[in-house]
Formats: sequence, C-alpha cells, structure tokens
Amino acid sequence: MRLNVTVNGEPREVDGVWEGESLLSALREHLDLPGSKNACEQGECGSCSVYLDGALVCACLVLAGQAEGREVVTVEGIADGEELHEIQRTFVEAGAVQCGFCTPGLIVASHDLLRRNPRPTDPEIREALAGNLCRCTGYEKILDAVRLAAERLS
Amino acid sequence: MQILQPGTWREALEMKTAHPEAVPIAGGTDVMVDVNFDRLRPAAMLDLTRVPELTAWEREDGRLRIGAGVTYTRLIADLGDELPGLAIASRTVGSPQIRNRGTVGGNLGTGSPAGDGLPPLFASDADVELASTAGTRVIPVAEFVTGPKRTALREDELIAAFLMPPAAGPQQFAKIGTRNAMVIAVCSLALALWPEERRVTACIGSAGPTPIRATEAEAFIAGVLEERDLWLAPDSLPESAARRFGELVEGAARPIDDVRGTASYRHHALGVLARRTLTWAWEAHRCG
Repeated sequence: MRLNVTVNGEPREVDGVWEGESLLSALREHLDLPGSKNACEQGECGSCSVYLDGALVCACLVLAGQAEGREVVTVEGIADGEELHEIQRTFVEAGAVQCGFCTPGLIVASHDLLRRNPRPTDPEIREALAGNLCRCTGYEKILDAVRLAAERLS
Repeated sequence: MQILQPGTWREALEMKTAHPEAVPIAGGTDVMVDVNFDRLRPAAMLDLTRVPELTAWEREDGRLRIGAGVTYTRLIADLGDELPGLAIASRTVGSPQIRNRGTVGGNLGTGSPAGDGLPPLFASDADVELASTAGTRVIPVAEFVTGPKRTALREDELIAAFLMPPAAGPQQFAKIGTRNAMVIAVCSLALALWPEERRVTACIGSAGPTPIRATEAEAFIAGVLEERDLWLAPDSLPESAARRFGELVEGAARPIDDVRGTASYRHHALGVLARRTLTWAWEAHRCG
C-alpha cells in the first residue's frame, strides 16, 4: 500500500508498505530513517519511541496505516540539522551513551518529559523513562544527563 | 491484508458488519504485538483511531460514559478525580508510551484477567456498551468478560463505551509485579467504598480466569462496619476485621501457577493487598 505521512516536518509518500507493517518498520525500511531502533517489537523496551501527532509512542505498536496523514517526529527530527539538541549534548557529556542502542528512544522520551515538565524531580524522571530499557549504563548517567539538560534548558 | 479506516462510528459499524472477520485495532498495544510476532494474520484490520465518537466521554444519568478509545493518559488527566480507582490502575499500565496509546476498550476487547483496567470496572459495577448496525446493548462488565481472553462480544459488534458511576468515596488499586513499571500484574486488587450505600466492593485481578469480585469479603466487612456503626461514627478499623477481610479475599482468588508467579504466592499476596487497600481507603474515609 501507499503511505503518506509527515515525518520530521517533511511530507513523505512511500509505496510498497505491507498492510500489517508497523510504523517502526515503515520508518526504518521505507523512509530511510533508521534512528528509531527495533528491539523488542512489543512495546517493552522503548527503543523505537517517536512522537505521533505530538504524543510519545512506541512506533512498533503503531500500524503504519494508522500514521496515514499524521505527523511523526523521530530522533532524527530532534536535532536541528547537524546541531545536536541540548538533550543529545548532555547525554554525550554525562556519559549516558554506551552501546548506544537505547539512546534514540531515551532521547525522544527525555525530550517529551522536559517539554511537559521542564524541572522534573528524580522520581518524575524515573517514571517518565520507565518504558525505556538500557542494558549498559545502569541508568545513573542517563539520570545525570536529563538533570543537566533540565538545568540548561530552563 | 486489508486496512479499513472508518471516519465515523456509523461507518465503523457498517464496516464491521460487512467484514466480521476484521480485527479492531485502536492503540495497538495488544494487537500489534501479535502481528509483529506472526501470531495474528487477519484478513482485515479495522483501525478505530479515526472515529471521534470513541475518544469522547460524557455524563449520562449520573454515570460517566467513557468512549472505548479514551487512552489511559487521558483517563488519568481528565477523570482522575471522579474515577480515582481506575486512575490509580491506569498509572500502573505499562509506560508513558503505552498509556498514550492503550485504552480500556482494548483491555475489554482482549479480555485478559491481567488487564489492569478491569478490576476497577468490576468494583464499580460498570456496564459495557456494545453496538452493531442492528442496535446497541448494554451489559454488566462481569457478564462481558466470560473467560480468559474470552468475551461476550459478537462478531458483528464493536465496543462503544463503558459506563460507571463517579466515585462516592475513597477508591484504591494495588498491584504486584517485579517492578513498578512495564509489568503484567502477578495479581492486583481494586477496592471502593460507597459510604451512602454502606458498601465496600473489591475485585481481584490476574488471579483467576476473569477478574473476580470478592463477594464474601465484601459482605463480611459491610457487616462489621454496620455492627459497630462505623459508617456514622468513623473510627479506626479493627485490625482483626481487616485481617479477616484479607483472608476472605485470598480465599476468593482462583489463581494458577504460571511464569509470573505461583498460585500460592498469589493467594498470599492478595490477602496482603486486600488488607492494605481496605485500610488505606478506610483511613481516607475516616480522616476525610
């Protein structure tokens, strides 16, 4: 089928999307946006977190056709061109990236948190990122990165 | 596979009549897992996310009528004050990503005894509104969920909404899992006080083929509160009564051993949850 979707501000049209395909698969395999990661395919890990019409969702649980005519923002749309977003910079600075597989999802989820709540408490950060698994960092550096980004952005 | 995308409720019902085999999908948090893992290959899917009627809620004869497509995030934000038990349960669902998509309509459609949204509905004697092109019927939630992942939904029907009274007193929900987020309940308990009717209701989740109302425990605690006149002159609950209430809830459960926990652990944990939720709710009632 054909899919029309606005991704990172740009209207896109792709053919050959299978009707049962997830938005995640459409992004990675048809829209040339491999930033959102494919790990659990069941909403458990958050690696595929994107915005769909402004709401943080797991792209693996959205049927591609459900995104028809909607707006999607992926991790590729968080940075301003080559300029990293402050949240991405603090992840680098704080050492919140190890293997990097969970990072795109955590960036989008942290972005959503700070957009809704610019000065989150630690429990609020933990709650907001509860759906994003990281198997390397032990999360402490991720919490540091989010705290630092909150400080710099407000 | 065909994707059907109705833009109105009427259209959705007509499509379901024409394609009874179509699998309804809203937030996709259950359906897409099965599609992604090759467990589900329906001839057609009926995308309900473009049906505005499903995402509305309203007041109807003193009850709240909540569209099947209202997400957990919106339930918490819009109805947290009026449906505190369901809101607490909603906060335990998945993660922000899941709560932004998942719906009570989906919990009902899946019909899993582990659906966190279901025990609060049972504890409030909620009704489920089902519709087809032939008409609408409203049935008690306890008649809707007929077994593990089995419901009374007919092939040509869709879940329109659920109806439940706003809280008349404190409500609680507690859930056992290996962590605070992203966890399917090992077992759960929803509890509600109805001071004007002098009733306490409690429903067990994830410890039986369906959610189970602990009717014997409800009757016991109502009797204690009546006998000691505690509704009128609220005093602390006798500890022995809370303990007995817990034992009766424990006895009402019909759990099995599975990967999430053993039956005996579930019995034990439910007794603890029952005692705690009753005490929390009663203290909230007593202290206003």
